[in-house]
Amino acid sequence: MLSLVTFLPLIGALVIFLIGRNRDNVARYAALTVSLLTLVVSLQIYAGFDTSIAGFQMVESKTWLPALGLSYAMGVDGISLPFILLTALLTPLCILSSWKSINKRVMEFMMAFLALESFVIGVFCALDFILFYILWEAMLIPMFLIIGVWGGPRRVYAALKFFLYTLAGSVLMLIAVLAIGLKAGTFSIPELMDAQFGYQFQIWAFLAFFIAFAVKVPMWPVHTWLPDAHVEAPTAGSVILAGILLKMGAYGFIRFSIPILPDAARFFAPMVFTLSVVAIIYTALVALMQKDLKKLIAYSSVSHMGFVTIGLFALNQQGLEGGILQMVNHGIVSGALFLLVGVIYDRMHTREIAKFGGIALRMPIYAVIFMLFTMASVGLPGTNGFVGEFLILLGAFLANKYVALFAATGVVIGAAYMLWMFKKVLFGEIHNEDVKALKEITAREVVLFVPLIVLVFWIGFYPAPFLEMMSASVGNLVEQSQVVKTIGTAAVAAVH
Amino acid sequence: MALSSPSVCQQGGIGAFWLIKHNGEPLFGFREMSKNLLIILLPLMGSLIAGLFGRKIGNRLSQLVTITGVLLSLLLSILAFMDIAVGDAPAIHEPIFKWIVSGDFYVQFGILLDRLTATMLIVVMGVSSMVHIYSIGYMHEDPDQPRFFSYLSFFTFAMLMLVTGDNFLQLFFGWEGVGLASYLLIGFWFKKQSACNAAMKAFLVNRVGDFGFALGIFVIYLIFGTLDYAEVFKAAHAIGSYPGVVDFPFVGEVSTMTLICLLLFMGAMGKSAQLGLHTWLPDAMEGPTPVSALIHAATMVTAGVFLVCRASPLFELSDTALAVVTIFGAATAFFAATVGMVQNDIKRVIAYSTCSQLGYMFFGAGVSAYAASMFHLMTHAFFKALLFLCAGAVIYAMHHEQDMRKMGGLFKKIPITYALMMIGTLALTGFPFLAGFFSKDAILESAYAAHTTVGTIAFTLGILAAAMTTFYSFRLVFMTFHGKPESQKAWDHAHEAPFSMRFPLFVLAVGAVIAGYVGLPMIGEGWFKEAIPLMPGHDALAHAHHVPLWVKVLPFGMFLLGLALAWLMYVKSTGIPKQLAARFNGTYNFLLNAWYFDKLYERMFINPAKVIGKGLWKTGDETIIDGYGVNGVAATAKRIAKKFGAIQTGFVYHYAFAMLIGVLVLVTFYS
Repeated sequence: MLSLVTFLPLIGALVIFLIGRNRDNVARYAALTVSLLTLVVSLQIYAGFDTSIAGFQMVESKTWLPALGLSYAMGVDGISLPFILLTALLTPLCILSSWKSINKRVMEFMMAFLALESFVIGVFCALDFILFYILWEAMLIPMFLIIGVWGGPRRVYAALKFFLYTLAGSVLMLIAVLAIGLKAGTFSIPELMDAQFGYQFQIWAFLAFFIAFAVKVPMWPVHTWLPDAHVEAPTAGSVILAGILLKMGAYGFIRFSIPILPDAARFFAPMVFTLSVVAIIYTALVALMQKDLKKLIAYSSVSHMGFVTIGLFALNQQGLEGGILQMVNHGIVSGALFLLVGVIYDRMHTREIAKFGGIALRMPIYAVIFMLFTMASVGLPGTNGFVGEFLILLGAFLANKYVALFAATGVVIGAAYMLWMFKKVLFGEIHNEDVKALKEITAREVVLFVPLIVLVFWIGFYPAPFLEMMSASVGNLVEQSQVVKTIGTAAVAAVH
Repeated sequence: MALSSPSVCQQGGIGAFWLIKHNGEPLFGFREMSKNLLIILLPLMGSLIAGLFGRKIGNRLSQLVTITGVLLSLLLSILAFMDIAVGDAPAIHEPIFKWIVSGDFYVQFGILLDRLTATMLIVVMGVSSMVHIYSIGYMHEDPDQPRFFSYLSFFTFAMLMLVTGDNFLQLFFGWEGVGLASYLLIGFWFKKQSACNAAMKAFLVNRVGDFGFALGIFVIYLIFGTLDYAEVFKAAHAIGSYPGVVDFPFVGEVSTMTLICLLLFMGAMGKSAQLGLHTWLPDAMEGPTPVSALIHAATMVTAGVFLVCRASPLFELSDTALAVVTIFGAATAFFAATVGMVQNDIKRVIAYSTCSQLGYMFFGAGVSAYAASMFHLMTHAFFKALLFLCAGAVIYAMHHEQDMRKMGGLFKKIPITYALMMIGTLALTGFPFLAGFFSKDAILESAYAAHTTVGTIAFTLGILAAAMTTFYSFRLVFMTFHGKPESQKAWDHAHEAPFSMRFPLFVLAVGAVIAGYVGLPMIGEGWFKEAIPLMPGHDALAHAHHVPLWVKVLPFGMFLLGLALAWLMYVKSTGIPKQLAARFNGTYNFLLNAWYFDKLYERMFINPAKVIGKGLWKTGDETIIDGYGVNGVAATAKRIAKKFGAIQTGFVYHYAFAMLIGVLVLVTFYS
């Protein structure tokens, strides 16, 4: 089942390669079909998922290269499942949103997207460290191409910047993966969670991971690739970047840093808190001054991810559940916001906030949808953003009152830049001729938002199914995070 | 995880619908649509129908749907009120469904109907339904009527969630919901730049208050482990069962109750426009007048007062917090009254008046006379809504002119409005035997009877504010209705409002006249005793009847003083105001600019935020991180690359990665 959901999109990409050359529409429909099938399979996985099990389930394991200690192992738990579902949901929306706006190299675009989906789901399913690493690196290639080939005018600079940041992280991560694997004598993630590591070792391994993951989150001060990458990426690229790729770093923290290196995680929690609080306030203030719509949302993403990292390192049930839920929420809301930007970009070919104004007069339905996601972004109760933010701040408050205090100020500034942006873009008189010519959002475009709107309210009013999904696994994680692993070398020998 | 959830109401019965089953539990199971739940849901349904299908079904049907919704809801509210407040039925507690469950944290949606809530239901639904009806006439030229009615009904829904909730988080839900409705309605005419700015300001200033409110909720959870009113109050009452102090690193020990109450009060200050966080309320007058009447006079802005009364079992435990509430309330009552005396925009005068009256309610609560506060909240809702809607009728008559200096002599053209406005004014200023007379005097007497320093300060400021209240109220009446018309043309075209607008005015006028008598039992002994239990010794209200005669007569003296001054300056010798303004130019401008709060905040918060934001962006991100960091590395990489002749050295890593994959694939198949 997990292999199916992982490789179905990749197989789809190959099929498109065989049948889609110079047949753009065939490529589009094929990609949509494949991504929808993947969604169906992922829902099947959800249906078969047992929320009472804390560990991994639906495990598939095959020895791969025993000589190297490699195995092909996959499994899901309550932490990875939400992300698999999110990926499977966002990919068809991305393909739909690119229906008209991508006209050159359609086949290649669709292939890149499906390959990306494949690798991303694979990352969330992987239970082998090396397999994880391979997929983790592999997913960068299609993302890199999506920005570099279908991006805006400064796409090469953006792609290069994205690449440079990632490179630094990847090298360190590889070293950490190999060091941990060789020290414990296994690359199996569930086994590593029980393995013992010395304190010094944990500190170094944590730092190596930390840099790799912090770049991906992104945390301050390694966030500057994100605004450029978003600005240059095509709409669908931005959606998947904000919706899924930004979750990779935080997922890494949850999957590796916290359970495998718990002593270091506790030791470094104050540092993570500090950087996150700085990120929340710093980037919120920067967002306040942005002139480019996509840059503003990009900076808001950094700010929101700051909340997520705070929640995760609160290391309690509320903080972790809030953090994970907020990752999903951020995927939904910022994904939707980028889609919304795409809708007017397709019509006006600009993202400069000053060029808009009065759009609500021409596109009232669009304005309502925009308002809805703006409110979800500022965390209004009744929307998903509130539940996530509230649990994070509650968890943070229980862990460290000051962190919650400072983080909560971000909620005020967050409202400031979102409402300012909304006012400038949608309200006011029309002062640009292009806005006068705008046509209301089409039915095809509305369809994109329907599932996301449903989720905004569903999670906002009745988050129980989502919280229950992750509850057992998070409870397990909380326990793992409290374990003292620094017994020393004897235990490591025992693992051997 | 232990889902030790209090079971959701298990009556079973008719109308059960389970949408999806999840782990054996109904996802969305209202097993029975109780009539109390309907009170909340009817306005929501109206709002959704008008909002989603307004364009299709048109203005008339949108009005019909929303107004039917609120009228039915009003009817059910009256029934609930009759049971609980007039009859002696016990408080009703109905859980609806669980909301957020995470670890030990549990919070649900639920309905709590006690006398406090029942009173609020009458206020909210009474004014809301009248404002809905009034809006038919007031908005009849507007092209976006379905949107307007949808927002109004949505507001009503959120306000009902706020007052009927059985826990702090649901209160917060409604709290933010009414904030959203307020934002949308202030910015209803979103083409106007000033309206958009006012809407944004309202939202953001409230967020500052909510920041405190949210932290207050966290502390409550930290201390009590629950957010349910009943459990929190029970634990708080059993002295000793909670930590009396919270230990903060660096700060030291802080009294738990004081901390919680001050944080909650910060939220209340934002929503109820108390001194410091009041700046949004005058600007909110950019919204259509029915909105000002409903949201910014009668209901939403009183949410802060409701919060303090609802959380009174906590406030009762902290004398410090009560003193702070008293001082802020008294200061606001005084401050807003001074500013109200010089404003020229008819709606701004009433807005400052609202701000001032809310101050009265707070210092009433601060001296533990919660019942008097709630009483004033109720009477105020009626006469202030009446005043706003009358002002709306004036503005309507003057074709959307709001500057009182351009009005005058209107009483001949719109005598009915004049008469109704006069009722509202007399009720507000505390003319004997009208609504305000009972409730305002009860607050003032309680403040006196508290016999505390803050109580006395509040009494003094309150008395001064009472004189000013009469002055600005009659100044408004004299400037608009008396004297000579400033613009003959506008005067000629002035006309009485249509019946749909007059009818609600009559209803509210009846309320403004009789609410004082009808509500009088509220401040009688023990009427609120279950909803608002008082600590021994906090008996200012009980002693309010025994204050000396001069205390009882003084407010009426102030009324006469204010009336005489207003008559002198705006009827007898109308040159005096100009002379005074010229003579005391500094004071006049200080008052006209509302003590320069806006300027101060702009310099203290808004401008620095912009400068810092730009600095962090240009210097922090672009110069330091990108300049020295990323691009520096990139440049170095390029230099090295040139040396070695491979331009794309940066990509070598990925080539290597691709090779590694290739090798792996080969090894996999051939090993």
